[in-house]
Amino acid sequence: MADKRVTEDEIVAEMRDGMTIGIGGWGSRRKPMSVVRAILRSPVKDLTVVAWGGPDVGLLCAAGKVKKVVYAFVSLDTIPLEPHFRAARQSGTIEAMELDEGMFYWGLYAAGLRLPFLPNRAGLGSDVMRVNPGIKTIRSPYEDGEELVAVPALNLDLAVVHMNRADRRGNGQFLGPDPYFDDLFLMAAKRRFLSCERIVETEDFLKEGSFHTLKINRMMVDGVVEAPNGAHFTACAPDYGRDEAFQSRYAKAAASPEKWAEFKSAYLEGDEADYQKAVRAS
Amino acid sequence: MTQFTRADSCVIACAEIYRGDGEILANPTVGSIPFIGARLARATFEPDLLLTDGESMLVAGMMPVGVAAAKKVIEGWLPYRMSFDQVVWPGRRHVVMGASQVSRYGDTNIAAIGPWERPTAQLLGARGAPGNTVNHATSYWIPNHSVRVFVAEVDFVSGLGPARASRLGGSLPGHNDIRQVITNLCVIDFESPGCAARLRSLHPGVTVEEVIQKTGFPLFIPNDLGQTRAPTEDELRLIRDVIDPTGTRLREVPE
Repeated sequence: MADKRVTEDEIVAEMRDGMTIGIGGWGSRRKPMSVVRAILRSPVKDLTVVAWGGPDVGLLCAAGKVKKVVYAFVSLDTIPLEPHFRAARQSGTIEAMELDEGMFYWGLYAAGLRLPFLPNRAGLGSDVMRVNPGIKTIRSPYEDGEELVAVPALNLDLAVVHMNRADRRGNGQFLGPDPYFDDLFLMAAKRRFLSCERIVETEDFLKEGSFHTLKINRMMVDGVVEAPNGAHFTACAPDYGRDEAFQSRYAKAAASPEKWAEFKSAYLEGDEADYQKAVRAS
Repeated sequence: MTQFTRADSCVIACAEIYRGDGEILANPTVGSIPFIGARLARATFEPDLLLTDGESMLVAGMMPVGVAAAKKVIEGWLPYRMSFDQVVWPGRRHVVMGASQVSRYGDTNIAAIGPWERPTAQLLGARGAPGNTVNHATSYWIPNHSVRVFVAEVDFVSGLGPARASRLGGSLPGHNDIRQVITNLCVIDFESPGCAARLRSLHPGVTVEEVIQKTGFPLFIPNDLGQTRAPTEDELRLIRDVIDPTGTRLREVPE
């Protein structure tokens, strides 16, 4: 029986320069931040990041790890615009693939189903098509003859998502109000990783949530890491809410290179244990 | 007649957009006044509307805005993914979005200001606007009516206007359903020749001249232009005492 426990650094060791990486969660909610922080400590670069963008995207942009972002939005929720992502876009240091949210969903789903595309109406007539000249339309072969967007599969080299609970075999459990699209990220990827607040015994899953919360099964997962407070500073209901004070500090660090250097030296230069210690002390 | 505020007129306008909508998701996404309007509509003339808690739950009954500890009666579950499957793509939604730019022909932009390739101001991104505007009813809430918002052409078309949908043809004219743009001054729709912006009503106390001056394109102004209707006594009581007891609307649209 496989024990799939790994460390954040072991996950990041599988990343190569130029890879396409999917990051689960949504905005500033249930992001696998301990793995994102491990990427910051690593030499890996030129990543294409596919995400419902939040501070994962902002941090990776600020740290110069990103070649391209694939997104429908990037937001910190309570701070609507992600300042580090904005800075990267406005200085032209990253490439962008901007999609409608439904196209983003459909692209992940197509990849998971091993289809080259899925048809959808979303995107038609908008500038999403203008700025993505590679995205084609397709005509329905049936009597209606409707023209639809052939939303291309968003195939991922590696994906990582954060769960409330998991077992050592890679089954995952979300306990909050929304599973987001985490299962689709895992299905769309060649290598698939979970971080979680706590690793529990398989027989203990149903003590905390009904079977409906077991949306990730071990067929979809290659490795699992226990990362208590690992989604910090994003929300991880019901274990903890967003650390708004810390998020605000993070956002303000985008004001200048000096402010960013300060933030980085306070929180991001050690390992995950150092980070958590600095957060507790702040 | 009891005195009412400009914010109350905005609430009435944001409620009126749902008249006749029936059993669909009334889905404000920005500000405070659109949420008050949707709850008022359900509490009065559109009792079958569905509303969310702003996240993943469908809630029944009355939930005040701006009251953190308000009791929720959950009647259903609608996480993000199910909202595409059950609501957006089947067309069972009337969304109220914000917009940083609105054009004369109802195209809107929430993505970026300046050239998209390297924007002068990166905004949210296209979000769900392209899909919303080719799937279900869409209205907009603009709390700061100005020439910066109402522009001849938007920098990035994230939301399609009715003229564009009509020009592109195919299935788009049948699925694009842009209803109204509610601002702090007036209500605009696109029910005019060529689907150009038409002044639908002025909020009490606002002049046509002020709207013209703060709109960066010519507005179609009908001869029988009227005022946004006044709230009834019962509506005012609901707004003040039940739905918005802490007065969030007055912070969004001050007198």
